[in-house]
Amino acid sequence: MKLKPALALFACASLGLGAAMAQAKPVELSLFFPVSVGGPITTIVDGLCTDFNKENPDIKVSAVYCGSYADTMVKAQTGIKGGNPPDLAIIQATELYTLLDMNAVQGLDQFVVKDKEKGFIDDFYPAFMENCRAEGKLWSLPFQRSTIVLYYNKDMFKKAGLDSNRPPKNWKELADDAKKLTVKDSSGVVNTWGIEIPSTGFQYWMFQALCLQNGLQIMNDEGTEVYFDKPAAVEALQYWLDLEKVQKVMPDGIVEWATAPTDFIQGKTAMMFHTTGNLTNVRKSATFDFGVAFLPADKSYGSPTGGGNIYMFSGISNEHKAAAWRFMRYLTSAAKASEWSMKTGFVATRKSSFEAEPLKSYVVGFPQAAVARDQLKYAKAELSTHSNSQIYQIINDDLQAALAGTKTPIQALSDAQSQTDEILGRFKK
Amino acid sequence: MTRRGAREGLLGWALVFPALALVGLFTLWPLVQAGISSLYRNDLSTTVPQFIGFGNYKALLGDRVFWKALCNNLVFALATVVLSMAIALCFALLAHHARSGLKPSLQLAWFLPTVIPMVAAANIWLFIYTPSYGLLDGTLKAIVDPVAGLVGLPGYKDGNWLGNPTSVMPSLIAMYVWKEAGYFMLFFLVGLERIDRQYYEAARLDGAGNWTVFRRITAPLLMPTALFVLIISCTTAFKTVDHLVIMTQGGPDNASNLLLYYTYQTAFSFWDIGKASALTVCLLALLSVLIALNLRYFDRRIHYSD
Repeated sequence: MKLKPALALFACASLGLGAAMAQAKPVELSLFFPVSVGGPITTIVDGLCTDFNKENPDIKVSAVYCGSYADTMVKAQTGIKGGNPPDLAIIQATELYTLLDMNAVQGLDQFVVKDKEKGFIDDFYPAFMENCRAEGKLWSLPFQRSTIVLYYNKDMFKKAGLDSNRPPKNWKELADDAKKLTVKDSSGVVNTWGIEIPSTGFQYWMFQALCLQNGLQIMNDEGTEVYFDKPAAVEALQYWLDLEKVQKVMPDGIVEWATAPTDFIQGKTAMMFHTTGNLTNVRKSATFDFGVAFLPADKSYGSPTGGGNIYMFSGISNEHKAAAWRFMRYLTSAAKASEWSMKTGFVATRKSSFEAEPLKSYVVGFPQAAVARDQLKYAKAELSTHSNSQIYQIINDDLQAALAGTKTPIQALSDAQSQTDEILGRFKK
Repeated sequence: MTRRGAREGLLGWALVFPALALVGLFTLWPLVQAGISSLYRNDLSTTVPQFIGFGNYKALLGDRVFWKALCNNLVFALATVVLSMAIALCFALLAHHARSGLKPSLQLAWFLPTVIPMVAAANIWLFIYTPSYGLLDGTLKAIVDPVAGLVGLPGYKDGNWLGNPTSVMPSLIAMYVWKEAGYFMLFFLVGLERIDRQYYEAARLDGAGNWTVFRRITAPLLMPTALFVLIISCTTAFKTVDHLVIMTQGGPDNASNLLLYYTYQTAFSFWDIGKASALTVCLLALLSVLIALNLRYFDRRIHYSD
């Protein structure tokens, strides 16, 4: 068929018009994000998106606050099941296998290969990259990452006759120092606890830290096996329980995840295990001098990494994918990683962030911020398996049972192991 | 049948059709779907749902969390229904017999908790139950400590109200009763207002005492209201889980988990749709049995005055 010239001209014109219109109307992306630490996180995220939209007029990213990590996952999953996934979401790094089992997440290798900047993946700390890869492919980029650190009240250390620049280095010192820091009134009621290790929300995370210090990583790389009932794991839980029941330096029963920082800030506990994500919050609210240290070692130092990565979803158009990749790169750039770290306390995910201003001088003035980075040498991937939330529920329940004294550690952990084996058995190929 | 009768029948069907369509579409059809879905394995490890007959129900029999949630729910329902109905009845009687000047303020005070959304109420009570500096611990400390100091006993030990497996359910029940009793009071008040005064006047003439009047007149004539409140309170005790989301997430170690919340967890955090559907069917069966029992048992003993 031969087009008449006039018609051809009209076709060209309308094509051109179409292109112009496409340019005028930016690609609209949705970003689901959670808030899991204190501080004005929503304002900061909105600020990041506004800055990006200004620099990239052809893209418009709208950030959608979704609640907790779990809420964000549910919201994204509901979208996936309904055939209407978000373009991007910040979700726990450990949800990778679940997202893969739902065929929901977009592989990133094709974008990395085409990216102009080579080697930017190697600039991320290797410990953070562990939860980003599965089946030999890259699925997400590290964003709001953390590890667990020991927060300690220096004023209380001095008052108890301890060296405020020498936090406990191993399990024995932790128990000894905590004992000296526990303050009782004349009638024997505890006013200040020596240590709090939170046991709601993220108790598996605390448990994993103690296991790593005792030389045990509690899962395999394929996310199909866990090692909850190994002797090293039982010892780790026993140590935790002893702080509560034998040493009596930790509150009886369950310690709330969200209450621990408040207790620390209010002087109800002298030390706590908590995420670095709360660093800025504690810094702003504490009226005393506080220190941050590596978690005490047993066989070695150790902490799992934690926190959220940014994922791209597979059910979106190629145009959206290209735009989404640009936003992911922007959000994880060295400059933005520094900014995010200083505003929240999460660890900046790139080595080059620490080598450049403003983070370089920030760390000099606030050395607590460097502790988490230095601990990364000893950090390992966070517990992540298939059917992740179900496994979390099982181990979390049994840890609480042990800490509340309704099961012995060995009983709790073998129960968790056998239930987990049954679920993960279905995923073994 | 006459033509007129047929036309009236048709009109009747036309009138109920909108309601029937809505109930069918949004209640009955999802129920059927849940029933069908409960016969399939449909979780993260299966890409295509697979028919397994009653496999999901069999799995529930061996699921310790299911049994725990079921027991918790029965305890929760029994305790909240009995307590909130008893308190509601007392409130209603007090308000009914109060001086007319006092009446509105009493009613308002008791009804107020009902107006607060459950999520907000849960947050308030989360603060009340916070160990050490929460309202409850703070108050108890202020009362116990001076007394204990006088007699030389150790002072008040902070309660871990929501963190302890034994205290978590009573704490939640107390909060729930506080929240619901005022609502049920309203029904009892209306019931009381509707009882004909002549009965009381006649009873007084015969010289009956307060207790006899309550037992012989008020109680029997309140029965239809009580049955209604019983059914409503039973079903809401199984249907309300908002406070769990805020206060305990079912913990510690499922000590406060309830059936509906467990169903939600199974569906939307474990993505085991088959098992969640089986749970839904179980919950539904349980509620149907409860309601049937209620109606059957009480209908025989109720005197409808109208």
